Amino acid sequence: MHKKRLFSQIAVASVAALILAGCSSSNEAATNSGVPDVPMMEKLGDGEGQVNLVAWAGYVENGSTDKNVDWVTGFEKETGCKVNVKIGSTSDDMVALMKTGEYDVVSASGDASLRLIYGGDVAPVNTDLIPNYADIFSNLKLQQWNSVDGVSYGVPHGRGANLLAYNTDVVKPAPTSWASVFDANSPYKGKITAYDSPIYIADAALYLMNTQPDLGIKYPYALDQKQFDAAIEVLKAQKPLIGEYWGDYLKHVASLKSGGTVLGTTWQVNINLAKSEGVKVEGIKPAEGSTGWSDTWMISSKAKNPNCAYMWMNHIASPAANAGVAEWFGEAPSNAKSCDLTADKNHCATFHAADDAYWENVYYWNTPTETCLDGRTDVKCLPYAEWVKAWSSLRNS
Amino acid sequence: MQSIANTMHKKPKLRLVALLTAPILWLVVAYLGALATLLVTAFFTIDSFTGNVVQTFNLGNFQDMFTDAAYKNVVLRTLGIAISVTVICTILAIPMAFYMAKIAKPKSQKILVALILTPLWASYLVKIYAWRTMLEPGNGVLDWLLGPIGFNSPGFGGPAIIIGLSYLWLPYMILPIYAGLERLPNNLLDASGDLGAHNWYTFRRVVLPLIFPSLVAGSMFTFSLSLGDYITATIIGGKLQMLGNVVYQNFSINLPFAATIATIPVTIMAIYLWMVRRTGALASL
Amino acid sequence: MTISRNARLLLASLLGVGLAFIYIPLTVVVINSFNSSRTFSWPPQEFTTKWWTMALDNTGVREALKWSILAGLLATAIALVLGSSLAFAVSRYNFFGKEVISLLVVLPISLPGVVTGIALNNAFTKQLGMSTGLLTVVIGHATFCIVVVYNNAVARLRRMGTSLQEASMDLGANGFTTFRLITLPNMASALLAGGLLAFGLSFDEIVVTTFTAGPGIETLPIWIYNNLFRPNQTPIVNVVAATLVFISIVPIYLSQRLSSDSSSGGRFS
Repeated sequence: MHKKRLFSQIAVASVAALILAGCSSSNEAATNSGVPDVPMMEKLGDGEGQVNLVAWAGYVENGSTDKNVDWVTGFEKETGCKVNVKIGSTSDDMVALMKTGEYDVVSASGDASLRLIYGGDVAPVNTDLIPNYADIFSNLKLQQWNSVDGVSYGVPHGRGANLLAYNTDVVKPAPTSWASVFDANSPYKGKITAYDSPIYIADAALYLMNTQPDLGIKYPYALDQKQFDAAIEVLKAQKPLIGEYWGDYLKHVASLKSGGTVLGTTWQVNINLAKSEGVKVEGIKPAEGSTGWSDTWMISSKAKNPNCAYMWMNHIASPAANAGVAEWFGEAPSNAKSCDLTADKNHCATFHAADDAYWENVYYWNTPTETCLDGRTDVKCLPYAEWVKAWSSLRNS
Repeated sequence: MQSIANTMHKKPKLRLVALLTAPILWLVVAYLGALATLLVTAFFTIDSFTGNVVQTFNLGNFQDMFTDAAYKNVVLRTLGIAISVTVICTILAIPMAFYMAKIAKPKSQKILVALILTPLWASYLVKIYAWRTMLEPGNGVLDWLLGPIGFNSPGFGGPAIIIGLSYLWLPYMILPIYAGLERLPNNLLDASGDLGAHNWYTFRRVVLPLIFPSLVAGSMFTFSLSLGDYITATIIGGKLQMLGNVVYQNFSINLPFAATIATIPVTIMAIYLWMVRRTGALASL
Repeated sequence: MTISRNARLLLASLLGVGLAFIYIPLTVVVINSFNSSRTFSWPPQEFTTKWWTMALDNTGVREALKWSILAGLLATAIALVLGSSLAFAVSRYNFFGKEVISLLVVLPISLPGVVTGIALNNAFTKQLGMSTGLLTVVIGHATFCIVVVYNNAVARLRRMGTSLQEASMDLGANGFTTFRLITLPNMASALLAGGLLAFGLSFDEIVVTTFTAGPGIETLPIWIYNNLFRPNQTPIVNVVAATLVFISIVPIYLSQRLSSDSSSGGRFS
């Protein structure tokens, strides 16, 4: 027991040091970082004939949903790797699935990726083996949620910001800040929505970052006990304002359409869909920025089909496939060349794909760990399991 | 073949063993084993760094569960919902089943049974989303149909969950009661009538006690399926969650805590089964 | 039986209310399959058949249907074997722990699916190091299907008594012949009724399946669930459900036929 504690203290200290040092340190530190030492693939061999994926719905389409939406069949023919996919409905699902070791590749959101890295469930990615990696937007590469110590753990896939939706007929004047969804005297009480996931605690933290600077929140995914409690208080106070929390897009868009929701968290794709249904709704990124997501294709440390896995990661990062996914799913593509290939020529503009300034104040989902992700070493932060527990408790309080 | 048959015939013990081995292995080793392994996990904890389960005995999870009022709320709410659903299903099912079994002509009887069975084949999720369309406040089907006569949809929340779950499980209540009533000899009712008992009295003193096992059997479905549901609450529950949501939410990130929460419905069902085991209901499922 | 006219009328109207409660939402499903709104908004502004043509083009749904039927058939087969042998043991023999069996057999269906689901998932993937796949789905489904076969079989065996078998044995038939010529034919309708119900339970199961399905195994309920997260053509789930309701006439008709063959049928038929 004692030994274990000592080890974890060393690990905590070394990870903290690493994060402070940013991306500058050398490779030798990798083994000290608390990240399990998983070897990286050196050379690409022949395909194994299949690859098992865990992915978000809509990320791996083989024409079975709509015969015009297919970026899998071509890959299968070209490489001989049959693609088996398991849809993960939440990040938590995906982590659990990857822990089984049955899957080769996962499209992990930021609230899953670090968990996978620290759990030793995914391997570093040799980006030299992925020619299309070169065309990925540089502000998506080697980020906090997809790399450790300058070593890439995956291929960035696509991204989106969590926007503030408001019904233009009802909500006047138009909101400019997230404060509108936390306002105890909101005239829209009972018609406000929030994303139904523990990660939404970060939205409250982002709000506190701007309204209560005394708390010293620097990064919404690094909250010590005091900051965390403050964020939970904000959410408790918000609860009476909420009409519904949403998780699946259908429920959310249906609610926007019926007028049951007039204000709250949304995604660009939901706004587009609601608009196409004739709803008077807009989605904005408030001045103070917002949370968001950036997904990463990662390879399992126990991959049984590593060659096909690398081929898949290269394929899905290719301009054509990347454009296909981005349009079908409704997100900003990660490959700079994708923008020329989308059917809707405005797609990249709508989703701000190449607009670097737009993404500057987007805090992509990340996995909170006990070691504060903002580099503080004097306090412990609350790990994600505590966020989940607190969210369960909040939702039933 | 012949010799095996003879041996088997002469040794009933051997036949019994042959009959019992596979099902017992399946239910005890595979099912109870899995369940026990899960429940033991409730006493473990997770490594805050890697998220992996650490197998050291502690009661921290139970402490968290019992000290946080939120979990008491969700248990009471879930129990309330499950009991309401059971009561509503019973009230709806008895007259329906009674008409089907005792009044309808044999031909229409068959059609009625088919009509009760049909919705079981429409997908659970599609039915609950249909209820979303029904209950949508302001412009749902209910307001559209009944608004003119002054009835409004209760909106999304506790009542919506109760309606949705009652809808889903109603056939599971009707069918056992129907089967129970069908087995009930008509002359029993006639005798009671001949002795001067009113319809209601006959029903209360003769029919109800005899179909009680069927009622309990139906309630096992309505009660236990409601107790563990988490999808209906997500779709039409508004802000409300049920016990299943808490288990589901914690499952992949914190299995020990999910297992701790899971002990609640397991305990409730164990008590329930223990209470009803003597009624003969278990055979009426 | 003597039931007053008023009581009959009352019961008939209550039945009508109950049937309306059951069928109005199903009608909404069918109407929504023609509703041009992608979010099922009511009342429909425009009608379209595009979801039906899209559903026809959708090979994913056929694939999912195939998995559902396969998993359902396998689970039902296992449940038939295990459920009926357990029923034979319980109704023809006395042994220690017999009372516990009825409790044990209802346990999988009476405990919440989410508990069964995570227990099996935990056992398969963490304890046994197994891969989830079709096999794990089938194991999960069979576990909670055993009870319906068991109860149908026990009820029939109780009504049948043992005299027929004894007569057959007295006339010189051995155990297997008796089983084949006497017991099985008498059991058939009860087993089929139980089997149909087991298949139905498996076919629409979503919770246990969520936790036990492996890569590439997408049963119909899981497919529908995943479609709620696909922002383009959700209304085809209404098409699928409407179609299923119509197709379901086949198994229901079958079970009705079966119950008319036998004096008082198995349960639920």
